[in-house]
Amino acid sequence: MKEKMTVGRFFVYLFVIVFSLACLYPFLMVIGGSLMTNSEATTEGFKIFPKEITFASYKMLLANGKLILNGYKITVFVTVVGTFCSIIVNGMMGYVLSRKKMAGRKVMNIYVLITMLFNGGMVPWYMICTQYLHLKNTIWALILPMVVNAWYIFLIRNYFSGIPEELWESAKLDGASEFKIFYKIYLILAKPVIATIVLFAALGYWNDWWLGLMLMEDTSRQPLQMLLRTMMSNIQFLQTMSQQSSEVQAMLASVPGDGVKMAMVIITTGPIILLYPFLQKYFMKGIMVGAVKG
Amino acid sequence: MSKVKREKNTETIAVSRNIATRLYWAFKKNWQLYLMAAPAMLFLFLFSYLPLGGLVIAFKKYEFKKGIWGSSFLDPWYKNFEILFKNNDAAVSAIRNTIFLNFLFIVFGTIFAIALALSFNEIANKHLKKLTQSLSFLPYFISTVVVGIFVTGLLGFDNGVINRLITSFGGEKVAFYMNASYWPLILLIVNIWKGAGYSAVVYLATISGFDEAYYEAARIDGATRWQQIRYISLPLLKPTIIVLTLLSVGKIMNADFGLFYNVTGDMPTLYATTDVLDTYIFRALRQTGDIGVSSATGFFQSVIGFVMVVGSNWVARRYEKDSALF
Repeated sequence: MKEKMTVGRFFVYLFVIVFSLACLYPFLMVIGGSLMTNSEATTEGFKIFPKEITFASYKMLLANGKLILNGYKITVFVTVVGTFCSIIVNGMMGYVLSRKKMAGRKVMNIYVLITMLFNGGMVPWYMICTQYLHLKNTIWALILPMVVNAWYIFLIRNYFSGIPEELWESAKLDGASEFKIFYKIYLILAKPVIATIVLFAALGYWNDWWLGLMLMEDTSRQPLQMLLRTMMSNIQFLQTMSQQSSEVQAMLASVPGDGVKMAMVIITTGPIILLYPFLQKYFMKGIMVGAVKG
Repeated sequence: MSKVKREKNTETIAVSRNIATRLYWAFKKNWQLYLMAAPAMLFLFLFSYLPLGGLVIAFKKYEFKKGIWGSSFLDPWYKNFEILFKNNDAAVSAIRNTIFLNFLFIVFGTIFAIALALSFNEIANKHLKKLTQSLSFLPYFISTVVVGIFVTGLLGFDNGVINRLITSFGGEKVAFYMNASYWPLILLIVNIWKGAGYSAVVYLATISGFDEAYYEAARIDGATRWQQIRYISLPLLKPTIIVLTLLSVGKIMNADFGLFYNVTGDMPTLYATTDVLDTYIFRALRQTGDIGVSSATGFFQSVIGFVMVVGSNWVARRYEKDSALF
């Protein structure tokens, strides 16, 4: 059915288009900003289409290439290992909770649910991680605290519960162990939900700066997002002071400018943005699956 | 009659076996499953249950060497709380900001997300619908650190886009990062910008599940699109809206640390309106090293959070049984 274009409909279209452009704009601004000459940025502000395109900001970052390369290595390692652990550990738990005849299922369900509702907050968590688990300044600090997630567990459990019991029974008759049934049958059948969780977990690890901020003081082992944050706060601090003293102004001229910051954004976020068009449908599916009910 | 008898019978058998033998059989039968559950249970114990137990530190005089459980209790035990609530404007302001800003986010975020979802639903062109949805979902994928840089690019004093725009119209530059009063609005906009696409997908999923027959009937009766939204879509959405809102009300004491720490750049000039419980606790813990105040604030946050979660779930449960978390 062809709908007529009424005034109301026009405003609906306008609203949606304006909002989606507003969502896109900062990304374009950062791309433009990273390709600008420093003088154009300071005299005319950031633009999507700079008059003169330069790769100076990227070259400047390459001068610090070792730090960034290192950050990349750490982020990639943390993302790959963390996501893998997350799928196995949460997947196994989801599988166990989906076994309806197991004794203790109810208690285990509640055990997981409680962690979704209540938490001890930052202070005890920090003390446990540093003093009891001795995670500080180890690579595991960036991985282990985020491995288990009650939401993932329930998402997997719900999906596994929908798989016909007969499959489990026939595998059992063939003498398969529970773990084998889990990874040979259930994990394969649950591909859509596993794909969604891989994406969420990977995104969580890639974008994480919180664990770096709390548990990694060793600057040579910071993940990418934390490098970006450090860079931002250094520049921002000087900028807010710049209205006051000429001394700071001089300092500001010597530190890498906004262009470098924006180039760094491109470098750290680029992989996500490049993969986004291919992956977004899985995210949307995942949200729809686990939307209201945890 | 016989059924009751049988049930009683099995019951007596179950009781007569003592707990140890029952555990033995459960383990014998399910040991593979228990083994598979062990890693997740262990992680949850370490990173969720131990910190819950660690809340007790708020009543103790923390000594690094003795740890959480070894440190001795304060005398009086509520001493940290006395410090927290007596003449501590910063803490009170953090509590106020947390509740006020989360309240703003819930109210306007919900309204905006519903409007967006309903609008997506009105777009007839499939490609346009898909494209706009994908674009509005994009901000969800980036870290708050990057959002912080976006915001400096827009609001920076010298070459921020907004200030360029203002000066090009002959206005005066605005020092956004020096003036706290702008920030509730800025953070509200940023929060909507980052989350609306995501929430809209949730609402859209619900809308797409509605029975087409309602709309068919309404069209036959000559209802306009607006009337269909007003009298069909919105009433049908009501349970979802209420439940999602209640769940966010349950988390009203927990601020999105990334938003308040990264997007404001942790500027002391902005603390008046942007310092929330999480940032306040973070500073007390990591920068000033005041374990007493930070643990007492954290305890306060957890307890109120606990009450809110239980309360909002209780309401959600009464409203619609299936929708509560527990």
